Formats: sequence, C-alpha cells, structure tokens
Amino acid sequence: MPVVEFRGAEAWVPAFARTAARSLTFLLRLIGLVLITLLTAVTALADDLSPILAGLGGDSFAAKEKAVVALGKAGDPRAVAILQSLNSDRLRKAPDGRVVIVEGTGATTKMTDAASGEPVSGIAADNLDRIIVNNRLRGAIEAALGSLTLLSPDRAARLAAAQDALRHPSADTAALLEKALAAEQDPDIRTVMQRSLAASHLFAGSKAERLAAIRTLGTTTDPQVKNLLDEFRYTANVDPELFKAAGEALAAIDSRLRWTGIAATLFQGISLGSVLLLAAIGLAITFGVMGVINMAHGEMIMTGAYVAFVVQQLFRTFLPPGLLDAYLLVAVPVAFLFAGLLGVLLERCLIRFLYGRPLETLLATWGVSLILQQAVRSIFGSPNKEVANPSWMTGGFDAVGGFTVTWNRLYIIIFCFIVLGALVLILNRTRFGLHMRAVTQNRDMAAAMGIPTARIDALTFGLGSGIAGMAGVALSQIGNVSPNLGTLYIVDSFMVVVFGGVGNLMGTLVGALSLGIVNKVLEPYAGAVLGKVGVLIGIILFIQRRPRGLFALKGRAADAEA
Amino acid sequence: MIARVAADEQSPWNARFWAGFVVCGLVLGLAVPLLNRWVAPDSPFALPDYLVPLFGKYLCYAILALSLDLVWGYAGILSLGHGAFFALGGYCMGMYLMRQIGTRGVYGNPVLPDFMVFLNWMELPWFWWGFDHFAYAAAMIMLVPGAFAFVFGWLAFRSRVTGVYLSIITQAMTYALWLAFFRNDMGFGGNNGLTDYKDILGWDVHLPETRLGLYLATVVVLGVAYLLCRFITVSKLGRVLLALRDAESRVRFLGYSTTHAKLFVFTVSAVLAGIAGGLYVPQVGIINPSEFSPGNSIEIAIWVSVGGRGTLVGAAIGAVLVNLAKTWLTGAAPEVWLFFLGGIFVLTTLVFPRGIVGVFRQLNWPRPRAATALPVESPVAAEKRI
Repeated sequence: MPVVEFRGAEAWVPAFARTAARSLTFLLRLIGLVLITLLTAVTALADDLSPILAGLGGDSFAAKEKAVVALGKAGDPRAVAILQSLNSDRLRKAPDGRVVIVEGTGATTKMTDAASGEPVSGIAADNLDRIIVNNRLRGAIEAALGSLTLLSPDRAARLAAAQDALRHPSADTAALLEKALAAEQDPDIRTVMQRSLAASHLFAGSKAERLAAIRTLGTTTDPQVKNLLDEFRYTANVDPELFKAAGEALAAIDSRLRWTGIAATLFQGISLGSVLLLAAIGLAITFGVMGVINMAHGEMIMTGAYVAFVVQQLFRTFLPPGLLDAYLLVAVPVAFLFAGLLGVLLERCLIRFLYGRPLETLLATWGVSLILQQAVRSIFGSPNKEVANPSWMTGGFDAVGGFTVTWNRLYIIIFCFIVLGALVLILNRTRFGLHMRAVTQNRDMAAAMGIPTARIDALTFGLGSGIAGMAGVALSQIGNVSPNLGTLYIVDSFMVVVFGGVGNLMGTLVGALSLGIVNKVLEPYAGAVLGKVGVLIGIILFIQRRPRGLFALKGRAADAEA
Repeated sequence: MIARVAADEQSPWNARFWAGFVVCGLVLGLAVPLLNRWVAPDSPFALPDYLVPLFGKYLCYAILALSLDLVWGYAGILSLGHGAFFALGGYCMGMYLMRQIGTRGVYGNPVLPDFMVFLNWMELPWFWWGFDHFAYAAAMIMLVPGAFAFVFGWLAFRSRVTGVYLSIITQAMTYALWLAFFRNDMGFGGNNGLTDYKDILGWDVHLPETRLGLYLATVVVLGVAYLLCRFITVSKLGRVLLALRDAESRVRFLGYSTTHAKLFVFTVSAVLAGIAGGLYVPQVGIINPSEFSPGNSIEIAIWVSVGGRGTLVGAAIGAVLVNLAKTWLTGAAPEVWLFFLGGIFVLTTLVFPRGIVGVFRQLNWPRPRAATALPVESPVAAEKRI
C-alpha cells in the first residue's frame, strides 16, 4: 500500500524527495524478499502435516478423528483449508497416498496437494478416492476448526470461534483457549473466551478448577451455559459438592434471566407507552379543556408523518447528502406548525359552531378525518411511504442480558418525555397555560375574568394538534407511513385518555405507560392480538368501576364533564 | 263524541298512519318483484336480477339504521358499536349457511366447514353446535347480539357511563371484536370470514327466486321493526326515553329507573341490528371481520343523521340514500367517495342537524302538525347539564 502511494505522489514531489522515495521502495522490496523466504520456510515446516494427513486418508474413522484433532492442535494456517474441504466433501485421496483438495467439477476441476499447497496434475479426477466423513467426525472437524480460528487475525472470526468453543468443551480446547487468552487483547472476546474456558474446565479439570469454572459460569446469562450446567449436573458420578455448586449457579442464572426478561418487557412496554402517550397527549388537552372529541386527531398524527416524509425528500433533493441526517430535527418543528395550523383552522371553521354538542362534534370530526385521509391518498398515493431513520437513530446497543435497545425506540421515549415536560411547563409557567387551566376549570368564570375563551380554545386546539403532528414524526421512525396511519392509533389514544381521566396530564402519563406495559406483559401469554383484546376488555370493565378514569377531576368540575 | 275523534286524530296509530304504512309497504314489496319478474327484460323499466340483492342490502341497512335511531335519536345513546351487533347476527346466519354446504365444500367434509378442515381441526367447536338447524340459528341471530348488548349495557348504564364516554367504549368494544375475529383460532374463518354459501332452507342462494324471497322477507322484517320501534317510542317508555335523552338526572330524580329504560331499549336495538345482519349475509354472500371495523359503525350514525335523528322514517330513508350514493360514487369516481362521505358528516352536523325529514317537518310539510321535539343537542340544554 505505501509503495502505491509514493508512486502516485511522484508527479509533484521535488527531486530530492523522489530519491528518498526510491530508496524506500527498495527497502520495502527487501522486506518483501525476506518475508517470502520466511514463508518458504513455513511451507517446509508444513511437511510435518504429511503423517497426520496419512491418518486422514486411512479407512478407520477413529484414525481420521485422531488426524482431525491433531490438525486442530497443529495451529497451522493451512489446516483450516484442509478441514474445511474435508467438511464439504472436497478432500480426496490420490492413488499414490497423497491427500488432494479438489475444487470445481468436470473440466474446470482444480487439484491442490493438501500438504504442500502445490497444484497437482497428471491424475484423473476419477482415480481419486473420496474421504468419507460421518457425523461424529463432523463434530470433531467443527471443534478443530473453531479452535484453529481462535488465533485468527480477524476479530469477528475470533469472537465466533470463542463462542463456538462453548459448544465443544474439552480438555483440548481448554489448552487452546488458554493459549488464545494469553494473546488476546480485546476485552469482549476475552470475556467470551474465559467463559468457554470455564466450560472446558467443567468437563476436564481438577475439582478446584471445576468449582472455579462453575462460579465463573454462574455469572452469565447465556442460555447455552445453562444447558451446559444442566448437562454437567446430571452426568454420572458428579461430586456432591460440585452438584450443589452447579445447582446454585443455575439458580443464579435463572434469576438473572428472569430479571433481564422483566427489564426487556418493561423497556418494550415503556416504548409502546411513550408512543401511546405521544399520540394521546394532544387528545387529552383538547378533550380536557374543551370537552371536544376530536376524531380527526389520528389524521393530525398522519399529517405529521407525511411532513417528515416531505422534509426528508426536500433534504434529499436540495441539500448535500451529508445534511440528510438533520432532516428529522427540521421535521419536528415543521410538523408541529403545520398540524397546529390545521388544528386552528379546524377549530375556527368547524368545531366552534358545535360547542356543547359533543356527539355531533364527534361525527363532524370523523367526517374531517375521512376527508384528510382521502386528500393525503390523492396527493401521495395509498402505498406506504419510506421515511428513513437518520444514521444516529439506526441500530442499537446490547443492554445487559442479551436484549437489544434500539436507538429509535430510545430516542422516542426521550422525545416523549421532553414533549411532556415542555407541556407541563407551558401549562404551569406561562400566561397561556394559566388561561388554559382557568378555562378547563370554569369556562364561564374565566370568561367573566376577561380571559378570551374563544382564542384560548383555538390555541388549545392548535397546541393539541401540533403535538399530534410531532407524534407523527416520531411514529414515522418506527412504522409505516400510510394514509391510514391515524386510524391505527385513534382508538388506542382514546383508551389512554379515558383510562387516565380527562383533563389531567398525570392521568394521561400513567394511563399510557400502564397500558403499554400491560400490553407487553400480556403479549407472551396471549399473543399480540389477544393481548390487545384483553386490554380493551379490561378498560371497558375498568370504566364501570371508575367512569371518569383513573385520575378523575373531583368536585363540581367533575359534573361538568357529563 | 267530538273528543273521541280528536283523540283518534292525535293517536299515533290513526288511520292516516296506517294508510301511509301500507302504501310504503306495498310500494317496497310490489315494485321490485313486479319490475324484476313481470316486466320484459329488454324494457327500460326492467330490474335486472343482480340489483335485487342490492336493494335487499339497502333495506337491511335501513333496519340497522332504525335500530341505531331507537337508541340514539330517542334515548341519546350514541352507540359506535352497532356494527358489531349487526356483524354478530350476520355471523350466526353465516354459521347456519356454512353448515348447509355439507359435502359440497372443497374438502367434502360433511360436518366441518372448509376453513376448519384447512386448519386441521378434528371436530366442530361447541359454539358451532346446533347451527345446522335454522330455528336454532334464527334464535341465535337475536340472542347473541341481544345477550351481548344486555351484558355490555348493564355494565355501562349501571355505572352511569354516558355521553362521549359511552360512545368511546362502544367503539372499543367493536374494535376488540374486530381484532378478535381476525384470528384464525377464533373458529370463525379468520380474515376470510364465512362465504361460499349454497343453500338457505333448501333453496339455492344464487337463484333469482331465492333472492327475491329474501328481499321480500327483508321488507316484511323492516315493516315489523318499524312498527316495533314506533310502538316503543310512542309508549310511556318512549316518553321516559325522550326525557332522559334531554335531562337524565331530572328523570332519575323523578323516580324513574333510567338504567332499566336504557338497558331495555339498548338490548332491543341490538336484537334488531342482529336481525338486520342475519338478513344481510345471505343476500351479499359473505360475512367477514371487516364488518366489525369501527368506521362501519360510525357510518351508521351518519345514515341516521342524514335522514333525521329521532324520526324513524328518516333513519330508514337516510340509510337507503347514503348507500345509493355510495354504490354510485364508489363505481363512478371512487376517489371522490370519501370526500363526499366526509362532507356529509360535516354538513349534516353543521348545517342540517335535523336531517332530511327534520327539515321537512320544520317547514310543516307535507301537512301542518303539532310541533315535535326534535333531538338536537342544543347548546343551551348542554350548558344546563353542566
């Protein structure tokens, strides 16, 4: 590589530098020469493989297995190729006793001497004998291959081999693992190797070593380790002390697995809950402050998702690709403004004529939702639109115990709480919020105090719709963007609001999170659909007990919601 | 003497009413068969065979609209789950029709419907037992939605869930059923529902005669349902319902059990919806979970709204008109249909809250009559409630 770079540079570097470059090239060539010599020496060493290969060419499976194990221990880089071809039925025995690797079929067959690595010619493919493998041998081959790759320079291969070693614990792998562990620098791989080493010690080691191994294995959450310990516990003639230790380790693993399971469910539940919360907050505001059922709320969410799509397309078309990741940051405020304006428009043109007639508002806003859906379908078409995650939201990280936390879910949870926090601040710390609360509590009295209730209504509706728009941007990151996106969430959002209690952000928060978590807890037992049905039935029954929700307004204000 | 004549004139069952009822019944019951069977097929007035079940479908929707109007227009309960009762009745009929297929199914199993054979079910689930008898199926068409509504209503009305809360939980109900019926494990054909019917009561469902018969049965049921609804609404119970629609607390304070009144009318209404569903299925030839979709149930409310809430005739007229428009528009300009439907939702609530019949009554047409209290949620009344 460096040589090429110097050549490329020759065009413009001054003469003295060119001389320096030339001497460097010479030096590199010299090093190359030395390397080739060394490699030849290694090839010479490889002749030692021949006796092993002779065993491989024999008829007895026991001899073959011995040869395979020997190859695994040899630590020779070409043993990998030999073992792989043996495994895939590409290893042949020539009439003269040499072992040959064949590649391809018919006229294009290429034959290589397994021991020397040189091409073989002059033997017809028909004269070669297949070296037959049975299942037992295959296991040995895999184990040998695994241990060989433990020393591979490729990190991924080493990691895979270290994990693989867990499946074939034996005294031989223990020795290899110890060797590999001494050379290993990567902490992740070291952990895995130590675990595999412990597993090997478990089956072939002194009592003290076994005890230590059980203790090491007891600190993991790997289901494979669990199986291994189980298997160990019921092998014949286990020392009672070891049996007890293994039992304790198993119990520790089980309890850890249970906890990570709970943590995973909790995370998924909170994730679902935060999505529900985002979808429902806006609804809670409009329903709470104005007593208005906005059936078009879902379509406000859908509008937000389409805003995200449009902003993304604009970024793709007009801005350098490097900036694409920032589209989401622009989409959020744009969606808020767009959906908010739509909400204000809806309130001014329609809903204000229907105050005090909640059922008719419900029908009229349903009509609006149909119109919005069809409008989006006419403009963008019915197929799903693709909204890509920005690079900083793709992927995830492994949390403890092997469940993956994806970035987009995590960011949505954070985003949801930021929105909620901002809303609480607006409600409690701004003049607008004060007015909103006043209108919620007693509209007539608020009007008498000089609060412009009509304007507050419009702004409240705009705020609720704007939040729905932002929710749409968030949802575009985890699901499909299609014209009926809103209908998927509308019933759920209503459930959250009704469950939590109207006009109460705390209720909405608790309602959303508990519904999300209950949903995810039920899912493994009942399946996704039946779990959801169960939650719906639960809410219907819950409403019987507390018709005004979990956090109902108390006193006179409560009667006003009739 | 004079007083008795006046009372007759005031009575809801006077001669004028019966005359109107009989005329409407004869028009509906005679026009379609006459135009279909006795007019030469090449005449411009001939009604092709394929349109007969379509009209039958409209009349089923009219029964459904009547049932919703009974609870919404007269008792103020906006149920957004009436589509569920309709679909439950439809599924009961569908189960009967599936059992009538017998060995003519694709797999030729004499007992199990095709989808069960396909899912490797070995025997008929218990809830399918008895559906090979028409009488049992007919009873179930009324009992299943009725019992469902009774339990649901009892839970809801007892704890005084009213207004939009009730609307939302009825919507949740139909949504839950919608999700549940999509599952194959439920034993109702999953996504595909029940279809591919052969016979009803021994007659081939595809024959024009059978379809005409089903249409006439629908006309008769519509008439009976109308009379039943009218009977309920003009009775003393009907007065209580009207009163509780406008001011529920006051009715309760006067000593009436609003819970029982609402529960009764809700259950009757669900039974009617179930019967409508039972008549609907053999005429359209399929029942599947999409009938449970929340959107369908809201659409029923708009039929009632268009025709005139609180007027039984209006509900039926609205159902037929909106569905005529739907058939025409979804064929002629599908992309316009949702704009149109959304537009009616907005316009009727905003501009014509009384609906077509309500507007005519307000204009005192076709004849002057005593002012009737039409159920429009007036802002004043609502504020009083607050």
